[in-house]
Amino acid sequence: MDETDRAIVNALQGGFPVCDEPYAAVARTLGIGEQELIDRLRGLLERGVLARFGPLYQVERMGGSFVLAALSAPDEDFDRLADLVNAFPEVAHNYRREHRLNMWFVLATESPEQVPEIARRIEAATGLGVYLFPKEREYFVELRLVA
Amino acid sequence: MPSRPEPTLDATDRRLVRATQAGLPLVPRPYHAIAEQLGLGVEEVKARFQQLLANGAIRRIGAVPNHYALGYAANGMSVWDVADDRVDALGEAVGGLEFVSHCYRRPRRLPEWPYNLFAMVHGRDRGEVERKLAVIAERLGPACRAHDVLYSTRILKKTGLRLQP
Repeated sequence: MDETDRAIVNALQGGFPVCDEPYAAVARTLGIGEQELIDRLRGLLERGVLARFGPLYQVERMGGSFVLAALSAPDEDFDRLADLVNAFPEVAHNYRREHRLNMWFVLATESPEQVPEIARRIEAATGLGVYLFPKEREYFVELRLVA
Repeated sequence: MPSRPEPTLDATDRRLVRATQAGLPLVPRPYHAIAEQLGLGVEEVKARFQQLLANGAIRRIGAVPNHYALGYAANGMSVWDVADDRVDALGEAVGGLEFVSHCYRRPRRLPEWPYNLFAMVHGRDRGEVERKLAVIAERLGPACRAHDVLYSTRILKKTGLRLQP
Protein backbone atom coordinates (compact mmCIF):
# COMPACT_ATOMS: atom_id res chain seq x y z
CA MET A 1 0.00 0.00 0.00
CA ASP A 2 1.48 3.36 -0.97
CA GLU A 3 0.55 6.83 0.28
CA THR A 4 -2.18 7.26 -2.32
CA ASP A 5 -3.78 3.94 -1.32
CA ARG A 6 -3.71 5.06 2.32
CA ALA A 7 -5.31 8.36 1.44
CA ILE A 8 -8.02 6.50 -0.47
CA VAL A 9 -8.74 4.11 2.42
CA ASN A 10 -8.96 7.01 4.86
CA ALA A 11 -11.11 9.16 2.58
CA LEU A 12 -13.55 6.41 1.67
CA GLN A 13 -14.42 5.47 5.24
CA GLY A 14 -16.38 8.71 5.35
CA GLY A 15 -19.49 9.48 3.36
CA PHE A 16 -19.20 8.63 -0.32
CA PRO A 17 -21.36 11.14 -2.20
CA VAL A 18 -24.65 10.47 -3.96
CA CYS A 19 -24.21 12.40 -7.21
CA ASP A 20 -23.81 11.66 -10.91
CA GLU A 21 -20.02 11.20 -10.86
CA PRO A 22 -19.06 10.44 -7.25
CA TYR A 23 -15.68 8.87 -8.03
CA ALA A 24 -14.66 12.01 -9.92
CA ALA A 25 -15.77 14.12 -6.94
CA VAL A 26 -13.71 12.08 -4.46
CA ALA A 27 -10.74 11.85 -6.85
CA ARG A 28 -10.63 15.67 -7.04
CA THR A 29 -10.28 15.95 -3.26
CA LEU A 30 -7.42 13.43 -3.39
CA GLY A 31 -5.70 15.12 -6.32
CA ILE A 32 -5.84 12.04 -8.54
CA GLY A 33 -7.79 11.10 -11.65
CA GLU A 34 -11.20 9.42 -11.61
CA GLN A 35 -9.98 6.30 -13.40
CA GLU A 36 -6.95 6.01 -11.10
CA LEU A 37 -9.28 6.08 -8.07
CA ILE A 38 -11.51 3.38 -9.57
CA ASP A 39 -8.53 1.21 -10.53
CA ARG A 40 -6.90 1.55 -7.11
CA LEU A 41 -10.19 0.85 -5.36
CA ARG A 42 -10.60 -2.33 -7.41
CA GLY A 43 -7.04 -3.32 -6.47
CA LEU A 44 -7.65 -2.68 -2.76
CA LEU A 45 -10.76 -4.88 -2.90
CA GLU A 46 -9.01 -7.63 -4.86
CA ARG A 47 -6.08 -7.67 -2.44
CA GLY A 48 -8.44 -7.76 0.53
CA VAL A 49 -7.25 -4.47 2.02
CA LEU A 50 -10.91 -3.48 1.83
CA ALA A 51 -13.51 -6.07 2.72
CA ARG A 52 -16.15 -4.23 0.74
CA PHE A 53 -17.12 -0.88 -0.71
CA GLY A 54 -20.67 0.39 -0.95
CA PRO A 55 -23.71 1.22 1.17
CA LEU A 56 -23.46 -0.11 4.73
CA TYR A 57 -26.98 -1.17 5.50
CA GLN A 58 -28.21 -1.15 9.07
CA VAL A 59 -30.46 -4.11 9.17
CA GLU A 60 -31.99 -3.04 12.50
CA ARG A 61 -33.10 0.21 10.90
CA MET A 62 -34.92 -1.81 8.27
CA GLY A 63 -36.88 -3.90 10.74
CA GLY A 64 -34.33 -6.69 10.77
CA SER A 65 -31.92 -8.06 13.29
CA PHE A 66 -28.14 -8.25 13.69
CA VAL A 67 -27.19 -10.65 16.46
CA LEU A 68 -23.79 -11.79 17.70
CA ALA A 69 -23.52 -15.53 18.24
CA ALA A 70 -20.80 -17.92 19.32
CA LEU A 71 -20.03 -21.60 19.48
CA SER A 72 -17.22 -23.82 20.64
CA ALA A 73 -15.76 -25.86 17.76
CA PRO A 74 -13.19 -28.60 18.33
CA ASP A 75 -9.84 -27.58 16.79
CA GLU A 76 -9.47 -30.72 14.68
CA ASP A 77 -12.82 -30.10 13.00
CA PHE A 78 -12.74 -26.30 12.95
CA ASP A 79 -12.49 -25.67 9.20
CA ARG A 80 -15.33 -28.00 8.30
CA LEU A 81 -17.55 -26.45 10.96
CA ALA A 82 -16.64 -22.92 9.80
CA ASP A 83 -17.68 -23.88 6.26
CA LEU A 84 -20.99 -25.21 7.56
CA VAL A 85 -21.67 -22.00 9.47
CA ASN A 86 -20.52 -19.74 6.62
CA ALA A 87 -22.81 -21.55 4.19
CA PHE A 88 -25.77 -19.81 5.85
CA PRO A 89 -26.40 -16.56 3.94
CA GLU A 90 -27.63 -15.03 7.22
CA VAL A 91 -24.08 -15.28 8.61
CA ALA A 92 -22.70 -11.84 7.77
CA HIS A 93 -19.35 -11.99 9.57
CA ASN A 94 -17.46 -14.79 11.23
CA TYR A 95 -14.23 -14.62 13.23
CA ARG A 96 -12.08 -17.22 14.86
CA ARG A 97 -11.14 -16.09 18.37
CA GLU A 98 -8.87 -17.47 21.07
CA HIS A 99 -11.23 -18.77 23.74
CA ARG A 100 -13.20 -21.90 24.52
CA LEU A 101 -15.94 -20.17 22.53
CA ASN A 102 -13.75 -19.93 19.44
CA MET A 103 -16.15 -19.09 16.61
CA TRP A 104 -17.97 -15.75 16.76
CA PHE A 105 -20.35 -14.77 14.03
CA VAL A 106 -23.12 -12.30 13.31
CA LEU A 107 -26.58 -13.35 12.16
CA ALA A 108 -28.22 -10.73 9.95
CA THR A 109 -31.88 -11.47 9.37
CA GLU A 110 -34.75 -9.50 7.95
CA SER A 111 -36.92 -9.99 11.02
CA PRO A 112 -36.02 -10.65 14.67
CA GLU A 113 -38.17 -13.80 14.68
CA GLN A 114 -35.78 -15.49 12.24
CA VAL A 115 -32.80 -15.38 14.61
CA PRO A 116 -33.72 -18.31 16.89
CA GLU A 117 -34.72 -20.36 13.86
CA ILE A 118 -31.37 -19.78 12.10
CA ALA A 119 -29.54 -20.54 15.35
CA ARG A 120 -31.45 -23.82 15.60
CA ARG A 121 -30.56 -24.70 12.01
CA ILE A 122 -26.87 -23.96 12.68
CA GLU A 123 -27.06 -26.17 15.78
CA ALA A 124 -28.61 -28.93 13.70
CA ALA A 125 -26.00 -28.58 10.93
CA THR A 126 -23.00 -28.50 13.28
CA GLY A 127 -24.22 -30.55 16.23
CA LEU A 128 -22.96 -27.73 18.49
CA GLY A 129 -24.76 -25.37 20.84
CA VAL A 130 -25.07 -21.77 19.67
CA TYR A 131 -25.03 -18.95 22.23
CA LEU A 132 -26.84 -15.79 21.17
CA PHE A 133 -25.63 -12.41 22.40
CA PRO A 134 -28.16 -9.84 21.15
CA LYS A 135 -27.16 -6.27 21.82
CA GLU A 136 -29.22 -4.81 24.63
CA ARG A 137 -27.69 -1.41 24.34
CA GLU A 138 -25.22 0.32 22.02
CA TYR A 139 -22.98 2.83 23.76
CA PHE A 140 -21.04 4.22 20.86
CA VAL A 141 -20.21 3.02 17.36
CA GLU A 142 -17.74 4.68 15.06
CA LEU A 143 -15.32 2.39 13.34
CA ARG A 144 -12.68 4.41 11.56
CA LEU A 145 -9.26 2.89 11.22
CA VAL A 146 -6.43 5.13 10.14
CA ALA A 147 -4.48 3.48 7.34
CA MET B 1 -31.14 3.26 21.45
CA PRO B 2 -32.19 6.13 19.20
CA SER B 3 -35.96 6.40 18.96
CA ARG B 4 -36.29 7.36 15.32
CA PRO B 5 -39.23 5.63 13.65
CA GLU B 6 -38.22 2.52 11.79
CA PRO B 7 -38.02 3.13 8.08
CA THR B 8 -40.15 0.88 5.97
CA LEU B 9 -38.61 -0.38 2.77
CA ASP B 10 -40.88 -0.71 -0.21
CA ALA B 11 -40.32 -3.20 -3.02
CA THR B 12 -38.13 -0.78 -4.97
CA ASP B 13 -35.94 -0.07 -1.92
CA ARG B 14 -35.49 -3.79 -1.48
CA ARG B 15 -34.39 -4.13 -5.11
CA LEU B 16 -31.86 -1.33 -4.47
CA VAL B 17 -30.56 -3.12 -1.38
CA ARG B 18 -30.19 -6.40 -3.23
CA ALA B 19 -28.44 -4.71 -6.15
CA THR B 20 -25.87 -2.98 -3.92
CA GLN B 21 -25.40 -5.16 -0.83
CA ALA B 22 -22.30 -6.75 -2.38
CA GLY B 23 -20.93 -3.32 -3.30
CA LEU B 24 -21.30 -0.21 -5.42
CA PRO B 25 -20.41 -0.58 -9.13
CA LEU B 26 -16.85 0.54 -9.86
CA VAL B 27 -17.77 2.63 -12.89
CA PRO B 28 -17.70 6.43 -13.30
CA ARG B 29 -21.50 6.71 -12.97
CA PRO B 30 -22.42 4.02 -10.45
CA TYR B 31 -25.93 5.30 -9.70
CA HIS B 32 -26.71 5.38 -13.42
CA ALA B 33 -25.48 1.78 -13.68
CA ILE B 34 -27.79 0.71 -10.85
CA ALA B 35 -30.70 2.62 -12.38
CA GLU B 36 -30.15 0.95 -15.72
CA GLN B 37 -29.85 -2.48 -14.13
CA LEU B 38 -33.14 -2.04 -12.27
CA GLY B 39 -35.03 -0.16 -14.98
CA LEU B 40 -35.39 2.96 -12.81
CA GLY B 41 -34.62 6.63 -13.41
CA VAL B 42 -31.29 7.80 -12.02
CA GLU B 43 -32.94 10.69 -10.17
CA GLU B 44 -35.18 8.23 -8.37
CA VAL B 45 -32.20 6.00 -7.47
CA LYS B 46 -30.27 8.95 -6.03
CA ALA B 47 -33.32 10.22 -4.15
CA ARG B 48 -33.93 6.81 -2.62
CA PHE B 49 -30.30 6.50 -1.50
CA GLN B 50 -30.54 9.97 0.07
CA GLN B 51 -33.71 8.90 1.86
CA LEU B 52 -32.16 5.62 3.10
CA LEU B 53 -29.17 7.61 4.41
CA ALA B 54 -31.45 10.15 6.07
CA ASN B 55 -33.56 7.57 7.88
CA GLY B 56 -30.58 5.46 8.94
CA ALA B 57 -31.27 2.37 6.84
CA ILE B 58 -27.82 3.09 5.34
CA ARG B 59 -25.25 4.04 7.99
CA ARG B 60 -22.94 5.43 5.35
CA ILE B 61 -21.71 4.69 1.86
CA GLY B 62 -18.05 3.81 2.01
CA ALA B 63 -15.26 1.32 2.44
CA VAL B 64 -14.95 -1.38 5.09
CA PRO B 65 -11.25 -1.98 5.72
CA ASN B 66 -9.71 -5.26 6.71
CA HIS B 67 -7.99 -4.59 10.04
CA TYR B 68 -5.15 -6.96 9.36
CA ALA B 69 -4.33 -5.45 5.99
CA LEU B 70 -4.07 -2.01 7.58
CA GLY B 71 -1.55 -3.22 10.12
CA TYR B 72 -4.01 -3.62 12.99
CA ALA B 73 -2.71 -7.09 13.68
CA ALA B 74 -4.23 -7.35 17.16
CA ASN B 75 -8.01 -7.24 17.27
CA GLY B 76 -9.41 -7.88 20.70
CA MET B 77 -12.99 -8.29 21.76
CA SER B 78 -12.70 -7.25 25.39
CA VAL B 79 -15.49 -8.48 27.65
CA TRP B 80 -16.28 -7.29 31.17
CA ASP B 81 -18.53 -8.42 33.98
CA VAL B 82 -19.89 -5.11 35.25
CA ALA B 83 -22.43 -4.63 38.03
CA ASP B 84 -25.89 -4.29 36.49
CA ASP B 85 -26.67 -1.01 38.24
CA ARG B 86 -23.47 0.60 36.91
CA VAL B 87 -23.09 -0.89 33.45
CA ASP B 88 -24.97 1.78 31.49
CA ALA B 89 -23.12 4.74 32.98
CA LEU B 90 -19.79 2.95 32.67
CA GLY B 91 -20.61 1.66 29.18
CA GLU B 92 -21.07 5.25 28.01
CA ALA B 93 -17.66 6.14 29.45
CA VAL B 94 -15.95 3.16 27.81
CA GLY B 95 -17.75 3.66 24.49
CA GLY B 96 -16.54 7.25 24.45
CA LEU B 97 -12.86 6.26 24.61
CA GLU B 98 -11.37 7.13 21.24
CA PHE B 99 -9.76 3.71 20.78
CA VAL B 100 -12.95 1.71 21.41
CA SER B 101 -14.61 1.10 18.06
CA HIS B 102 -17.79 -0.66 19.23
CA CYS B 103 -19.24 -0.94 22.72
CA TYR B 104 -22.36 -2.89 23.63
CA ARG B 105 -24.24 -4.33 26.57
CA ARG B 106 -25.20 -7.95 25.94
CA PRO B 107 -26.77 -10.68 28.08
CA ARG B 108 -24.64 -12.95 30.25
CA ARG B 109 -24.86 -16.69 29.55
CA LEU B 110 -24.21 -18.17 32.97
CA PRO B 111 -22.36 -20.21 33.95
CA GLU B 112 -20.42 -20.29 30.67
CA TRP B 113 -20.27 -16.56 30.11
CA PRO B 114 -20.36 -13.97 32.93
CA TYR B 115 -19.60 -10.88 30.80
CA ASN B 116 -22.19 -8.22 29.96
CA LEU B 117 -20.09 -5.39 28.46
CA PHE B 118 -18.31 -5.85 25.13
CA ALA B 119 -15.74 -3.35 23.79
CA MET B 120 -13.76 -3.84 20.58
CA VAL B 121 -10.15 -2.68 20.77
CA HIS B 122 -7.66 -2.73 17.89
CA GLY B 123 -3.90 -2.32 18.01
CA ARG B 124 -0.72 -2.79 16.01
CA ASP B 125 0.18 -5.59 18.44
CA ARG B 126 -1.19 -7.21 21.57
CA GLY B 127 0.91 -4.99 23.80
CA GLU B 128 -0.91 -1.97 22.42
CA VAL B 129 -4.27 -3.65 23.02
CA GLU B 130 -3.28 -4.60 26.59
CA ARG B 131 -2.33 -0.99 27.34
CA LYS B 132 -5.75 0.11 26.10
CA LEU B 133 -7.45 -2.57 28.20
CA ALA B 134 -5.69 -1.20 31.27
CA VAL B 135 -7.29 2.17 30.57
CA ILE B 136 -10.72 0.53 30.34
CA ALA B 137 -10.14 -1.43 33.56
CA GLU B 138 -9.22 1.78 35.35
CA ARG B 139 -12.35 3.47 33.99
CA LEU B 140 -14.56 0.61 35.21
CA GLY B 141 -12.99 0.37 38.66
CA PRO B 142 -14.41 -1.99 41.30
CA ALA B 143 -17.81 -2.23 39.51
CA CYS B 144 -16.04 -4.71 37.19
CA ARG B 145 -15.63 -8.15 38.73
CA ALA B 146 -13.83 -9.97 35.92
CA HIS B 147 -12.74 -9.49 32.34
CA ASP B 148 -11.19 -11.28 29.41
CA VAL B 149 -10.04 -10.47 25.90
CA LEU B 150 -10.72 -12.65 22.87
CA TYR B 151 -8.23 -11.98 20.07
CA SER B 152 -9.38 -12.78 16.58
CA THR B 153 -6.96 -15.06 14.79
CA ARG B 154 -8.74 -15.40 11.46
CA ILE B 155 -11.52 -13.72 9.50
CA LEU B 156 -13.72 -16.61 8.39
CA LYS B 157 -16.31 -14.51 6.59
CA LYS B 158 -17.01 -10.82 6.08
CA THR B 159 -19.74 -10.19 3.58
CA GLY B 160 -22.16 -7.97 5.43
CA LEU B 161 -25.90 -8.08 5.01
CA ARG B 162 -27.46 -10.33 2.39
CA LEU B 163 -31.19 -9.87 1.80
CA GLN B 164 -32.81 -13.05 0.62
CA PRO B 165 -34.57 -12.83 -2.74
